[in-house]
Parts: sequence; structure tokens; C-alpha cells
Amino acid sequence: MDVILFLIFAVVAVVCAINVVVQTHPISSALSLVGVMGSLAVLYLLLGAEFIAAAQVIVYAGAIMVLFVFVIMLLNAGAETKKGRSYLIPGAPLLIVFLGLMAYYVQRYLFPESAVVRFGGFTGGGPKDIGNALFTTYLLPFEVTSILILVAIIGAVVLARKEIE
Amino acid sequence: MELLDSFIFITLIKAAVVLAVLLTTLAYLQWVERKVIAHVQVRPGPYRVGPHGLLQPVADIIKLLTKEDLLPPYVNKPLYLLAPFLAISMALLSISVIPFGPMIKVGPVTTWMQLTDLNIGVLFILAVSSMGVYGIALAGWASNNKYALIGGLRSSAQMISYELPMSLAIAAPLLISNTLSLRELVMSQAGGIFHWNILHGPFPQVISFIIFMIAAFAETNRVPFDLPEAENELVAGFHTEYSSMKFASFFMAEYANMITVSAMATLLFLGGWMAPWPVAWGANLVPTVIFAIAGVTALYHGANPARKRDKLTLPVFGIIFLIIAGVFLLPIVQSWLLPLFWFAAKTGAILFLFMWVRATLPRFRYDQLMGFTWKFLFPVAMLNLLVTSFLVAWTTK
Repeated sequence: MDVILFLIFAVVAVVCAINVVVQTHPISSALSLVGVMGSLAVLYLLLGAEFIAAAQVIVYAGAIMVLFVFVIMLLNAGAETKKGRSYLIPGAPLLIVFLGLMAYYVQRYLFPESAVVRFGGFTGGGPKDIGNALFTTYLLPFEVTSILILVAIIGAVVLARKEIE
Repeated sequence: MELLDSFIFITLIKAAVVLAVLLTTLAYLQWVERKVIAHVQVRPGPYRVGPHGLLQPVADIIKLLTKEDLLPPYVNKPLYLLAPFLAISMALLSISVIPFGPMIKVGPVTTWMQLTDLNIGVLFILAVSSMGVYGIALAGWASNNKYALIGGLRSSAQMISYELPMSLAIAAPLLISNTLSLRELVMSQAGGIFHWNILHGPFPQVISFIIFMIAAFAETNRVPFDLPEAENELVAGFHTEYSSMKFASFFMAEYANMITVSAMATLLFLGGWMAPWPVAWGANLVPTVIFAIAGVTALYHGANPARKRDKLTLPVFGIIFLIIAGVFLLPIVQSWLLPLFWFAAKTGAILFLFMWVRATLPRFRYDQLMGFTWKFLFPVAMLNLLVTSFLVAWTTK
């Protein structure tokens, strides 16, 4: 069951990811990206990381991508003008070889067999575990990241503000 | 026996029951809304189809099913077809984690009156409702119509803005109950009205409840925040170009979202299916008394009819109400009917508030709408969350 669901949503994620690049209209690309986020959330759920799955949908698919779609709709961006696809002939095989090498390297050397998480074997993804991890082990990185994000927000407001004369 | 105990069989039965009840409620909520608004405005409301217009929803459904399904020529076809489907499926999905009552025994089977209990139930509902924005935004954009586009833009901006105070308002009672599972949330509020999160120590969540309700009105695009479909400036807003069942899906999605947020308010603040005072003080008699009063009132008005037809219909309603009042006294059904009554009564009261407000208040202006949430609701919700978390930390130490 786990494997079947994993295969379904992995395929959906990859197809959507390819679709982001292939589509000529920005709205279609943005929606494909939502599809990627959604299938990633399901993959997190399969691993047993419920909280991360919910956060993925709420933050990425539900807030950030809605803003993307909102801006695309507001600017009324049209479809890209079609250019020739001749660059695909050398590009596509190179890309496949590159991705294959990457996958082999990651699977073989970056993560040894012992560090791989199996379906259902991961228990650190519930709200309690995440809270404990954030406020004990990773307290300092968490707070530093928060301050970084705060600085970025204030910076954005300062840059976007109109000068009142 | 094997079949009866199997998880899939029980879940299928429960899903069928919940879906049937939910869809019937959706159809009749429309009738109730028309009746409530009519009576606020001193008119009789739907009255012709069936006694007191009770068959009006059936007539509406037949009408919507048999209308011509137009597909305007300049729409973006895949997205135009996807949008109503997205809206209705996201609206119906969130009902799957709502608990309606405690554990019950039906014959040999013991089961909860809830489809499934997630340990992230509250987050699940937030996630699903945030995905529901796409239905409306895409409907506006794919219709290729300026009114629909403005409606879609307004609704996505409004829903993003009001999601913030809503999430902050939800976080405060969660701190007190210390769980994200909706079932445990209700269990933590057992024991009468002063244990409900709206009145529970260390910090009663009255402010949070009011902010949640205001944000809920905006999230469901209801008056006074119904700018996405402001009919006197935008024709019908985001669903201008939709007809037949596609239009009906948006309509059903709006009412399903109303039911979901009302149920959420009940679960988070008003103690879910718990009675407001202990059984020793006669909590079990409340439904009987209410239905008996309703029955007697209907019989009295049947004896002194205002309209000719009431002479027949009102006594029948009166007798039905009295029978229901009697059913609530039977000990066999009490264990599951009473929690269901309290849950339905609280959710129904909030739904009535939605209709009451619609019949009473005018619409906000767009800049007022945005200023209100960012400059008032958001800081107040933040302050409320800070005070709550401080007091919770103080008292648990």
C-alpha cells in the first residue's frame, strides 16, 4: 500500500515539475507547482511526518502560491510567445544523464543504507516532536532564522514604502 | 462478524451517512436562510412549493439540474471546468475530520461519531480551506470576464488577509486545550459551560471567539464581507459566467464552508457535543422541553390560523415536534442522540447568526475591509495570543 501510494504521488510530483517548465502560460506553470507541493505533502504524510505535511500545504500551496497566482492574475500576464524547441535535442539527453548521475551519487554515497528512512519507521514528525525539537535542540538556529525573516520583512516594507512629502 | 468489524466497511457506512446528511443539510440550509431573512424583513418567504415551502429545495435542485449548461467561447477551458470541482471538493473534504459525538455502540460495533481523527485535525482543516481559495480565484480568472476577474482577485486578497487573524484566533484555545486533534479538543472541554474554551481559565477566549467569527464571515465570502460577489457592482462576481450544476457547485461550496466554520467554532470554543451543564441539573431534558414548546406553539397557531393552509399544516408539524420530544426521553437513543443534539444546536445557532447578519448589515467598502483586518483584527489577535500563552505558561508552572 505504502509503495503503491509512493509511486503514484512520486510520478505526479515529477510530471507536475516537468509541466512547470513545459507550460507556456504562467498560470498553468504556477498551478503545476501547486501540484508538486501537494504531492510532496502526501509523501511527507506517507513517511509519518504529519505536521510537516500540513505546514507544507498551508504555507507553500495555500499562502505563497496563492500570492503567485494573485500577482499573475493582477498583472494579466499572457502566454509566452512560442520559440523554436531545437535546443531540446541536445538538452534533453544531457539533462537525463545529469539527473541520473545525481540520483546515483545521492543514493550511493551521500546517504548510506543505515541513514535511509523507511515508510512508517519515522516518528519525529508529529506536532509534539517538532515543538520539542524546535525549542530544545534547535532553539538557537530557530530564533536566528526568525530574526532573519523579521529583518527581511522590515526590509521589504521599507523598500516598498512610498516617500511621503 | 468479520465483515462488520472491518475498518473499511465501517468507514464506508459512516462516510455514506455523513455525506447523505450533509448534502440534505446543504439543500435545506438554503430554505432556512430564505425563511430567516424573509421573517427578519417581515415577509413569508418560500411558501408555494409544499407546506411552508418545504419542497422548495427539491424544486431548486431539479431546476439547476435541467438548466442548459453553457460553455462561453472565450474561457480557458481546462481551468474553467476545474474551478467549480476544486471549490466543492475542498469544501466537502474538511467535514471528514469533524467529530459529531462521542463513542457509540450500534449493535455489535463500537465506533466514534467521526470519520477519522487526525492528530493534526485543526491544521488539516486550515490546509484544506486555504486550498479552497484556488477554486474561486481560478473561476474568476478562467472566465475571461472583467467582473469575474475582479471578483476572483478580491476574494483571493481577502482570504489571504483574513486567514492570518483566523489562525491566530484558533491558536489561542489550542494553547489552553494543548492538542491539535479535534476529538481531544472536545474531550478537554468536558464538564459544563465553564470548562468550554470560551469561558475556561486561565484566560477566557471571548476576544478570540469574536475575531474567529469575524474572520469566518470573510473566509466564507458572506455579508458584510461579500465583496467578491457584490451584485450591484460585479454582476455576480467570480461565478458570473457559470450556469447549471457548475453554478450550483459554487453555491454548495459556500454553504458547506459555512457549516465547516460553524462546526469549527463549536469545537474550538463551545465544547463540541458537550452539554452546557451536568446531567444532574437536567441537561438531558432540554431537547424534550424545546421540542415540546415548539409542538405546543405550532398546535396553538394551527387552532388560530393566520392563513387558510396553516389550519392543516401547523397541527401536523406540532404533532411531529411532540413525537420528537418523546423520542429524546427514550433511554436507548439518548446516548447518541443527545450529543448530536448539542452539536447541532450550537452549530445551528452560529449558522443562524450568519443569516441574521446577512439580513441586517450592509456591505463593507474594499479599503475598509483591508484596513480592518490588518490594522485592527491582526494586532488584537496577536495581543490575545500573547496574553493567553503568558497566562498558560504562568499557571502550568
